[in-house]
Amino acid sequence: MGRITLEGVQKSFGPVHIIKGADLDIPDGAFVVFVGPSGCGKTTLLRLIAGLEDVSGGRILIDGNNVVDVPPAKRGLSMVFQSYALYPHMSVRGNIAFGLKMAGLPKAEINRKVEAAAATLNLTPYLDRKPRELSGGQRQRVAIGRAIVREPKAFLFDEPLSNLDAALRVQMRLEVTRLQKQLGTTAIYVTHDQVEAMTMADKIVVLNAGRIEQYGSPIELYQRPANLFVAGFIGSPKMNLITGAEADKHNATTIGVRPEHIGIVEAGNEGWSGKVVIAEHLGSDTFLYVDAGALGTLTVRVVGEKRLNAGDAVMLRPEPSRIYRFDANGNSMFA
Amino acid sequence: MARKVTGRHVVISTAGAWIAGFVIFFPILWMVLASFKTELEAFATPPSFLFFHWTTENYVTVQERSDYLHHALNSLIVAGGSTLIAMLIAIPAAWSMAFSPTKRTKDILLWMLSTKMMPPVGVLVPIYLIYKNLGLLDTRTGLVFILCLGNLPIVIWMLFTYFKEIPKDILEAARMDGATIGRELIYVLTPMAIPGLASTLLLNLILAWNEAFWTLNLSTLEAAPLTTFIASYSSPEGLFWARLSAASTLAIAPILIIGWFSQKQLVRGLTFGAVK
Ligand SMILES: Nc1ncnc2c1ncn2[C@@H]1O[C@H](COP(=O)(O)OP(=O)(O)OP(=O)(O)O)[C@@H](O)[C@H]1O
Ligand SMILES: [Mg+2]
Repeated sequence: MGRITLEGVQKSFGPVHIIKGADLDIPDGAFVVFVGPSGCGKTTLLRLIAGLEDVSGGRILIDGNNVVDVPPAKRGLSMVFQSYALYPHMSVRGNIAFGLKMAGLPKAEINRKVEAAAATLNLTPYLDRKPRELSGGQRQRVAIGRAIVREPKAFLFDEPLSNLDAALRVQMRLEVTRLQKQLGTTAIYVTHDQVEAMTMADKIVVLNAGRIEQYGSPIELYQRPANLFVAGFIGSPKMNLITGAEADKHNATTIGVRPEHIGIVEAGNEGWSGKVVIAEHLGSDTFLYVDAGALGTLTVRVVGEKRLNAGDAVMLRPEPSRIYRFDANGNSMFA
Repeated sequence: MARKVTGRHVVISTAGAWIAGFVIFFPILWMVLASFKTELEAFATPPSFLFFHWTTENYVTVQERSDYLHHALNSLIVAGGSTLIAMLIAIPAAWSMAFSPTKRTKDILLWMLSTKMMPPVGVLVPIYLIYKNLGLLDTRTGLVFILCLGNLPIVIWMLFTYFKEIPKDILEAARMDGATIGRELIYVLTPMAIPGLASTLLLNLILAWNEAFWTLNLSTLEAAPLTTFIASYSSPEGLFWARLSAASTLAIAPILIIGWFSQKQLVRGLTFGAVK
């Protein structure tokens, strides 16, 4: 079991409030991703849950028990650090076994578990090597092995893949997701890569400046962002935000349209006229940056190859049902 | 990108380094050579470099006149004892300053170091009187105590900088893995700190071994270490170069040997590959 509940969790370092009251309920077995811009408090929140920092206020419940006064080791969580934090003087075997050794398990059982974990992570040939003799991806797998071998109530990952190159990152992303589903263990995963967030998460927590802006499934966040911040943060390329007369027409302070919900129509039709500033041809998609006069520069995503170049005049038409409306406070107004 | 070094540069800089090294080493070599000369030859102008009458009589005289082993044992006890005690105090001190610093930690470190900025002679009289009243003059205990206190700031400072280098993440990983503070120290911190501990230990040993101000002023015979032993050859007997050289050679030999054998331990970096 590994249900984690935060109730009004706060953290300040001296006079600075970093986490300003977080409420969250993470069901057992869920894969929850914390995303947000750099410095918004993702790592801090994770470390509060781990017990590596003490809360300044509020409660953290694991399976219903308040753990704010429980030391990290007794919380039954394991953590994978961004820097891997392997023990440099121990072999891979020693690294993975360390937690079990501390728990006082019999030798035979430790060996069995370590070997099973190593087999799952394809680390068997490297068991007797030192961390410095491994590649980045292998070190990352050792760090994960160290976390799974203890059979924790939940895994805490702090940007575990950010030191890997792009190809390896995609591969490890799949491996981590598969492993988590197979073990059925609750996982909290910090990242600022929104593709990682969208692809891995059962539920996403969007953090901004120490506050939880929204908590929901990836599709919920995409389809029904609670406010301007979430609307702008989730989705790539970013949502176009338009204020002024065009927004007034929709009785809103700001309206938003995602680049993929803008079509290109024949000249003479109703729509927004503009001029292509830059066209990015990716093959599968074409991204157009269009100067639409009073509306500002709009990003348009067209599926497939589109023969348009800088300087071409275009007529844009947003899908009417996909226009998001925001009030003066930046909160969403759903019809 | 690796910098290209041309062959000529290598030759010139290698030769330069050897020459500089030889110049620095020369007085020690000269001392060792002089210790095997007769007193007359040791004085001779022009001096003979290698072609003289080799003799070990100086060593025999030195051992007869003053008990080398007695002083060597004193040196060992005083240097070793003060180093061990200093390490025992400094490890926990540096550990807590490196891993749970407070607002005042930097000030405390600086204050400790500032005690080394005062010339020791400034406190000679009070210390001497205290030692006299406590009956610590010319005792090994007294010397261990003063050398330990004298070197403590440097030992703490050195250990602090070594501990600071150890990534905090690794210690936190150990905490997540369920290690208590004691086990974290034994299984994780100490093994990673060994190169730092070893070089601090060695440096402190050398400093304590060679310390001459307090040992000369606070000991006469009973507790006198090798520094006092050498000094006794320079003043009362006048200029007996060969004998003085023999005494000095005997005095520095042990520490040179220890240093030679521990050099590998000192340069080994252990933390590579732990993070990133
Ligand atoms: N020990 C500390 N003392 C003081 N301030 C801290 C401390 N740790 C973090 N902070 C501050 O708290 C804020 C949040 O930091 P945190 O590391 O949680 O950000 P993050 O969301 O993980 O960012 P990133 O994506 O860059 O890792 C930052 O402004 C940081 O400067
Ligand atoms: Mg972070």
